[in-house]
Amino acid sequence: MSETSQERTPQVAGELIATRRVGAYHHLTFVAPGVAELAKPGQFVALAVGGDTSANLLRRCFSIHKVSPSGTYGGTVDVVVAARGPGTRWLAGLGAHHEVNIIGPLGRPFPLPKEPVACVLVGGGYGSAPLFWLAAALRERGCHVEMILGAATEDRLFGVIEARRAADGVTVTTDDGSMGVKGWVSDVLPEVIRRSHAEVVYGCGPMAMLRSITEVAAAEGAVAQVAVEESMACGIGVCMTCVMPVVGADGQTRMVRSCVDGPVFRGDRVRWDAFESGWGRVPDDAYGAAAMRGH
Amino acid sequence: MAETPSGMLNSIGLQGPGVNDFAQNDLVWLKSVGARVLASIAGNTAGEYADVAAVLRASPAFDAVVGIEVNISCPNVANRGLVFACDPLSAAKVIALVREKLPRDIPIFAKLSPDVTDIVEIARACVNAGADGLTMINTLLGMVIDTDLLRPQVAGVTGGLSGPAIRPVAVRAIWQVRAAMLEGRIPTVPIIGVGGVRTGDDALQLVAAGASAIQVGTATFNDPSAPIRVNAELAAALQDKGFARFSDAVGIAHTRLDPRR
Repeated sequence: MSETSQERTPQVAGELIATRRVGAYHHLTFVAPGVAELAKPGQFVALAVGGDTSANLLRRCFSIHKVSPSGTYGGTVDVVVAARGPGTRWLAGLGAHHEVNIIGPLGRPFPLPKEPVACVLVGGGYGSAPLFWLAAALRERGCHVEMILGAATEDRLFGVIEARRAADGVTVTTDDGSMGVKGWVSDVLPEVIRRSHAEVVYGCGPMAMLRSITEVAAAEGAVAQVAVEESMACGIGVCMTCVMPVVGADGQTRMVRSCVDGPVFRGDRVRWDAFESGWGRVPDDAYGAAAMRGH
Repeated sequence: MAETPSGMLNSIGLQGPGVNDFAQNDLVWLKSVGARVLASIAGNTAGEYADVAAVLRASPAFDAVVGIEVNISCPNVANRGLVFACDPLSAAKVIALVREKLPRDIPIFAKLSPDVTDIVEIARACVNAGADGLTMINTLLGMVIDTDLLRPQVAGVTGGLSGPAIRPVAVRAIWQVRAAMLEGRIPTVPIIGVGGVRTGDDALQLVAAGASAIQVGTATFNDPSAPIRVNAELAAALQDKGFARFSDAVGIAHTRLDPRR
């Protein structure tokens, strides 16, 4: 068992105090006493949706966009929501002062380098949400911070203006060229790594993007730290929905829960070969693969 | 995994590195924290169930095990993949083999599938083969299609449906088996009720139908405190209704049928 004993993770009724549209997304601020104080960049919160008698039982997990441990109303937690399904549409439609049950902070945060090395932070779509306070934490340590924000179209970028404040250099890409460079984040990443002599690349976004930035980072001699977006049902390590194959320090592939062992992994440890066609599978050489087959 | 109305469909399978790892690591840890463990076991053949039971028994922490739940809702590789729980002979064989491998003072519970024509027949086969109790119910077989990609949404094509959506099925299954016990058609053994329990009132439905204990599964994903909360709510509900003992409420609904029925 890889868990260490932890303080009990807070579960609180969070009051929504601000909600606003940002491009294609909704930016929500909750008063969540106890959550903000513990949270670190890369961690996430699990929100219950639809109220106490909701037919949507599964929690929706969102990486934390920012926290203010000592706001006017007590600690606040911000998340960015893309209203795509019944749960996220419910969240996006909430008015101020509604309560949402929040569990967090959950998962392991982005590890920070011990030395003040240059870093590139790459966000796909609203996957950029956790990168701004990560940038602040890195710059506090004297790191040079470059950000790359990419999305299909301009309205699906998140935080371009904030990025200019948070980072020393910002590069924007869109698939259709509606803003910044036409293309993918992986097209511009090699140049940004070389120009900034970056040693660490942080990424958050879709799996295919994380795989490609891991490959680029490896080719450029940098370490990739990626926050995965595996589908989760509980967020707290119980349901086993979010298991994925990751190579341990001993070279052995194990099926690990991305909610408690992640969501941040070293990119070169993730078995990207298991994610083809959108269905994760258990690699034949994973520890215990035989025991998991057939059930 | 796919979310469904008041439930979920999963084809997660039985994630875990296998029984040897469990017996050497997890069970040892569970014992170290004072847990009493009802271990759930599974296999691809009847013999594999027996092997799994034998590995557990050989664990240095076996004294933490207070019972074994035999999850017979697995496809039987030796019988064209037919689920053990859907065939009385296969179900009985598994239970008998597991029973042989375990000390008599370790109760074994057969976990039944509701996806059968007559659940009483399966319950009878399991109890006659040596099951000390029954767990009802396992998930229902279901399927969801992703309408963007027009393909099955879960990797296993079909999956197990769980959550409050299946609670009426659990209440019905427990009712039918308990009724058979009351009528002397099968021996009386305790039933662990499971299926869609989210609140104390939900638990009370299963208890009144005949369950002597309750498991909480899918509701935990919505509220991690659900097992403790359900226990407290059930205790309060029983007290409100004037039951001095929990056992007085077990199967109570069988005594309150409409006489005109």
